[in-house]
Amino acid sequence: MNGAHDMGGMHGLGPIAPPANEPVFHHPWEARVLAMTLALGAWGKWNIDASRHQRELIPGPDYLRMSYYEKWLTGLIDLAVGAGLVSWTEVDSGRPAAASVRAHPPLTAERVAAVIGAGGPATRDVAAPRTFAIGETVRARTINPIGHTRLPRYVRGRIGIVERDHGVHVFPDTNAHGLGERPCRLYGVAFKARELWGQTAGARDSVHLDLWDAYLEPA
Amino acid sequence: MDTQDHHHHHDHHHGQDPPSDLALRVKALESLLVEKGLVDPAALDAIIETYEHKVGPRNGAKVVARAWSDRAYKARLVADATAAIAELGFAGRQGEHMIVVENTREVHNLVVCTLCSCYPWPLLGLPPTWYKSSPYRSRAVIDPRGVLAEFGLILDDEIEIRVWDSTAEVRYLVLPQRPKGAEGLDEEALAALVTRDAMIGVAMVAPPMAPA
Repeated sequence: MNGAHDMGGMHGLGPIAPPANEPVFHHPWEARVLAMTLALGAWGKWNIDASRHQRELIPGPDYLRMSYYEKWLTGLIDLAVGAGLVSWTEVDSGRPAAASVRAHPPLTAERVAAVIGAGGPATRDVAAPRTFAIGETVRARTINPIGHTRLPRYVRGRIGIVERDHGVHVFPDTNAHGLGERPCRLYGVAFKARELWGQTAGARDSVHLDLWDAYLEPA
Repeated sequence: MDTQDHHHHHDHHHGQDPPSDLALRVKALESLLVEKGLVDPAALDAIIETYEHKVGPRNGAKVVARAWSDRAYKARLVADATAAIAELGFAGRQGEHMIVVENTREVHNLVVCTLCSCYPWPLLGLPPTWYKSSPYRSRAVIDPRGVLAEFGLILDDEIEIRVWDSTAEVRYLVLPQRPKGAEGLDEEALAALVTRDAMIGVAMVAPPMAPA
């Protein structure tokens, strides 16, 4: 979707102003939001693409206004309600419904190190066509899906060169919507900065993105 | 100083619920999830402990220092970063598929995630606020020199800048240039020179301080 999150190339969003010696969390609640997001994810009710998309669905004005972990909190509640883990009544009251049966959390403290250490690889050991060769000139497709996509607007319609074959990866555009992983080939693609931004960009500079087969066409 | 004060102010108060309100909402959600048996509070503590104290940029610095010290390791790191990084014991969530890009005198690399906040957690920990912020995400791809200047890094026009927009589950780490004056330092001393910002590509690694 062409949401506020797809902001590569925008101007006017303010200075970066990086602070010195920033703490990992600015407030204790931020740490709890991060931890609850990881721990509730262990129920396996949604995947990483669905959770990214949930945050993208935050209305644009709110998305730009909210702090990072406020977006995570909003997305987490929406996911948990959508998956039926909690109800809005419970979220609003902060108390379980009378009929609620106590569950057993899948992620216990003893398992945290192993789960974080294992991660969740996105590669799949399945055959998928290699449509494009390394060194081939390709064009990023002009598409405007209303659902989740990892093809940013700023490269759509632009010409690049395939420089790497990352293997076969889960396809976020379907996986985010419960339509299956549909693994397909993922490529590293290099775009000249001037192809993206015009003649004021650095002549030698480039921007590199990881793009799935379905995002590309021969140029 | 003015800009930093402004940023601080912006982070905490500009146009959002007062922090106490958010803190209350989060507390209510946690107590609900715990009461329903959906999360284990001790697991939450263990996750926070991991990212506050165990996993951070010191991991990435060890990888960089090893690459600076061991030619064969550096070759493995550039060829298959995931495997070479696993040799040092670093792997897992948000670092399942790693690529290392090397800075040279001719090429400078910069990492961003324009669509969200993708970042190599096992090597750098959780991303700093500025990395996840709209100003950095929007401008790193269109104006990398302007962005680097905001970090105090002015690059010669002759230097080629490669910006890596982390659009998939592949995570990027910059292998900074080894600074002059670091000859003869062991890996531990080299690692102490390496900063998080240098491994994102918004800074260079400064030479070691001359001994007093």
